[in-house]
Amino acid sequence: MTNRILFIIMLVAGLTAPLFAYPVFVMDLLCFALFACAFNLLLGYAGLLSFGHAAFFGGAAYITGYVTKEWGFSPLLGILAGAGFATVLGAAFGFLAIRRQGIYFAMVTLALAQIIYFLALQMPFTGGENGLQGIPRGNLFGLIDLNNSLAMYYFVFAIFLIGFGIIYRTINSPFGEVLQAIRENESRALSLGYDVDHFKLLAFVISATLAGLAGATKAIIFQFAALTSAHWQTSGEVILMTLVGGLGTIFGPVVGAITVGALSHELSAYGSWVQVILGTIFVVCVMVFRRGIIGELQRLVSRKRG
Amino acid sequence: MQVIMAQALLGLNVGVFYAMLSLGLAVIFGLLNIINFAHGAMYMLGAFIALIGYSLLEQWFGISLQIGFWASLLVAPVIVGILGVLIERLMLKRLYELDHIYGLLLTFGITLILQGLFANYFNVSGTPYPGQPEALSGVVNLGFMYFPTYRLFAIVFSLVVCFATWWAIEHTKLGSRLRAGVENPDLTQAFGLNVPLMVTLTFAFGAGLAGLAGVLAAPIYSVSPLMGADLIIVVFAVVVIGGMGSIMGAILSGLALGLVEGLTKVFYPPAASTVIFFLMVLVLLFRPAGLFGKEK
Repeated sequence: MTNRILFIIMLVAGLTAPLFAYPVFVMDLLCFALFACAFNLLLGYAGLLSFGHAAFFGGAAYITGYVTKEWGFSPLLGILAGAGFATVLGAAFGFLAIRRQGIYFAMVTLALAQIIYFLALQMPFTGGENGLQGIPRGNLFGLIDLNNSLAMYYFVFAIFLIGFGIIYRTINSPFGEVLQAIRENESRALSLGYDVDHFKLLAFVISATLAGLAGATKAIIFQFAALTSAHWQTSGEVILMTLVGGLGTIFGPVVGAITVGALSHELSAYGSWVQVILGTIFVVCVMVFRRGIIGELQRLVSRKRG
Repeated sequence: MQVIMAQALLGLNVGVFYAMLSLGLAVIFGLLNIINFAHGAMYMLGAFIALIGYSLLEQWFGISLQIGFWASLLVAPVIVGILGVLIERLMLKRLYELDHIYGLLLTFGITLILQGLFANYFNVSGTPYPGQPEALSGVVNLGFMYFPTYRLFAIVFSLVVCFATWWAIEHTKLGSRLRAGVENPDLTQAFGLNVPLMVTLTFAFGAGLAGLAGVLAAPIYSVSPLMGADLIIVVFAVVVIGGMGSIMGAILSGLALGLVEGLTKVFYPPAASTVIFFLMVLVLLFRPAGLFGKEK
């Protein structure tokens, strides 16, 4: 019930947002929201802390940028290519990372992501520190000009809804149930006969693909693939967004992405103080606010009912 | 040949920092089961304490007390250690009951705070540390080549610290109590040992090691707010390769990987910054528990 209300709010807010907010900013938030939802699928539902999700987000952005700019791919095809790259990368990283558990898993994903960061820095086509610039927005289906910011906005919103829908379906399926069983008690899930590694890997790949989808879309919006989106601090930011919104809740990452994104935007004039403030929010969340905004909200609602 | 030897020595120079940092991580991990993400920031903090103590104390606070390099080697680890005590007592302590990832996330937040604070006041491209002592300037003739005296000192000094730590943990009474605390905290406590105090002091010691490494690095790499940021991820890879099982494993894999990185610079420079990560991939494929680690 709560979820249905939240979904309607999200739909209405998303459809009307360009009327009262700067579309490019809202599109940026939508990309981060999708990124955070994808990340949450892994940590919130399978209990796997990936500290390398920036590799999928940033890596996909570079691939999308390259194929649309140099090979003349249409934006939709370019985004699919970026997400496809993230799928392959996710399969490779996931295969290696699930060999270790817990905090080791986090360290492995972080180190693997650093390879992508260095490649983005050193490869000839990525533009090094300047990033990949001048990515064309192009036409959607050869009909709709995406340079029109409203057209672009609804295209991005549609992508977000599709990604969100995939995550929602995944969580509320038998597959999602198994993931949660693994999160709660891995050895029990194993003893029930589930191929735990197989489930974990699949969750990792889905999560990586959708993170890539978000990064690819971002490259088209800003016509730019930046080195920062592949940096480990971006992996940290997506964790923060998920944590603030509510780990393991469906809408938490969306709320968290909007909160953190809006906050960083408001504070951007203060230089490195943004980092200090984000770090403080991180500490506060871990210490006293582990449920996050949506998690606390749900607890309040259920307490009133009970 | 000379180029190879020179790069090998420079690689060893990097390797001792990897060793000191992964040793500190291993000590903390052993007792607390927490990966201290702030380890890189503590290394950075150590370097900044040396810099501030040497040249900015008077300018900032009007204290006419210059802390030279030798004093910094003592002061910086102590201050970073005290910070470690505060972090452990006030924050980490409340997270032990929870999933270990919360410890990682907490220390990640602390990293952002520390980095942001210093990035506000200092140039990210780095400030040279002016306090390198006279006695360590110049070069030494090693027979086959000349090598900067300070770098040689840094190698020897770090090796002594690393092996002293290993010896203290493996061969002293204090060390055996620590290991007992790791093996079985409840039983150790029942024997009348103060395990929470041991945990706090261990965390402080690990943090202090990072601070000490920072002071040692300051004259070589100059002091910058981000000096620990990318280094810590390499150290994580070193830890995964070495396996967190043993103290000696942390030291040896740190040294070896520094060497590998140095030699890659000779043979194929573009891969120098990623070679450790690729080795990590190989190790994960064939020995997931790490070279020195025990399969759990």
